[in-house]
Amino acid sequence: MEALDGNAIAGPLMEYFGSEMTTASGACRHCATVSEIAELAVYMPGLGAVARCPTCGKVVMVLVTIREELRVDLTGFALT
Amino acid sequence: MSPISRGFSGRRRAEVDPSRVPPGQYVTRDFPVLSAGPTPHTQLDAWSFTIQGAVAEPVSWPWKEFLELPSETFTTDIHCVTKWSKLDTSWKGVSVDTLLTGVDTSVGYVTAFSDGGYTTNLALEDVTGGKAWVAYEFAGERLEPEHGGPARLLVPHLYFWKSAKWVRGLTLTPDDEPGFWEGYGYHNHGDPWREQRYQGD
Amino acid sequence: MARAALPGRLTWQLATVVEVAAETAQTSSLVLDAPKWGGHHAGQHVDVRLTAEDGYEAQRSYSIASAPEDRQLVLTVERLEDGEVSPYLVGELRAGDELELRGPIGGYFIWRQADGGPVQMIAGGSGIVPFRSMLRHRAAVGSSAAVRLLCSARSLEDVIYREELEPLAAGDEAFDLRFTLTREWPEGWTGHRGRIDQALLEQVAFKPADQPLTYICGPSGFVEAAAGWLVAGGHDPRHIRTERFGPSGA
Repeated sequence: MEALDGNAIAGPLMEYFGSEMTTASGACRHCATVSEIAELAVYMPGLGAVARCPTCGKVVMVLVTIREELRVDLTGFALT
Repeated sequence: MSPISRGFSGRRRAEVDPSRVPPGQYVTRDFPVLSAGPTPHTQLDAWSFTIQGAVAEPVSWPWKEFLELPSETFTTDIHCVTKWSKLDTSWKGVSVDTLLTGVDTSVGYVTAFSDGGYTTNLALEDVTGGKAWVAYEFAGERLEPEHGGPARLLVPHLYFWKSAKWVRGLTLTPDDEPGFWEGYGYHNHGDPWREQRYQGD
Repeated sequence: MARAALPGRLTWQLATVVEVAAETAQTSSLVLDAPKWGGHHAGQHVDVRLTAEDGYEAQRSYSIASAPEDRQLVLTVERLEDGEVSPYLVGELRAGDELELRGPIGGYFIWRQADGGPVQMIAGGSGIVPFRSMLRHRAAVGSSAAVRLLCSARSLEDVIYREELEPLAAGDEAFDLRFTLTREWPEGWTGHRGRIDQALLEQVAFKPADQPLTYICGPSGFVEAAAGWLVAGGHDPRHIRTERFGPSGA
């Protein structure tokens, strides 16, 4: 499955945060590289969306929808 | 419910015996490729499968030895939590019972771990008694990387996210430790016949 | 943090299909009447949600092909051979049907007049869709920003919007439009042949010294290769914006 990018999760992020998030930047907590959310490598296997740092490839953000409730885990990504 | 889209029915559904289709599932003839990350490309001469954790002694097989283990060829149905089911899929692999032969443990859970960092948790009783394999062939061919090759865990009686692609081993644990998707709310057990998709189901 | 449930801009709304117009053999434009639409920026997209009678849902994102100034909202959809949603949108949907969508979405891959130029657009196949919105917007506001669009397609018949964009470019000195055809080309074709590569980019794209804003849209592999070549050629990565399509997206 080829990676998409953070544009692919722009809708759910806007739904959750109430504002446009793809131009927000953050630091990968594994390698400290700062990227805009639009630049993250995003995989969407149906169970959720997994966003990875474009530099080190480690998971920085995960979105899942459980019983119609969206959950956003940003613990790998320090929003700047 | 959202308004109905006239004439939309999703993928063409195969006509099948409903008793083979768990609740909420649709049978497909495709084999969707769904991954949480890029396909790893571990070289076979660097590959090994390891049983570790709460065991008296860890055990490990490099690729060539792994292929020499007694294997089984079988056909089974698989069910993905994203609602597709694929019937009569054929596999070849080593039974987890074979891999656990002689492994001394008193704990009841395992965490399967894979190249790329993926994990999933299972009860030991869900991977023993002829219910689980480490599979390296699908439909008579070597398992393709995008479908989990060189080898993937195969636990067909549970939702397919438990059948970890690119599996490299099992860690035996005293407690049920949520793996990647389970930590986000997917079910620790995952029985498609009881529609255990999410924690609490 | 309590989930923000903001009303208005990102709620699902119903649009009525006015027309499904074929663009190429594999793509069609959905012309929509969306009474609750609040406007958009060129380059943004919508999420479309389909619901079957048994409640089964599928959701996809599609770039908006219309400019903010256009009266009707237009989406252009490429039919994917093994697709679940695109064959329905391109093959079954008809005038009078309702389509559930939400948007506009995206703030990264947009071009506004104030962004200026020069602008380099690089499109792979249906990656040209957001650029149509940007080019129509540029024309509507009378911007003189220099723009170059390089579009890669399998054949001339697969170039979306050719009949619309060629006259636009012909009448505008500041708009350079060119195609590269990768599988077949007409006899006597004087345009480019073969896939985009570093040499072609060095030949036709703005130079790093021009300090262009660069937008690249298309399949993931295409986008990554093009971005890599531009950066290798000295372009500032901070001025390159990318949008990847995939089988699961537009």
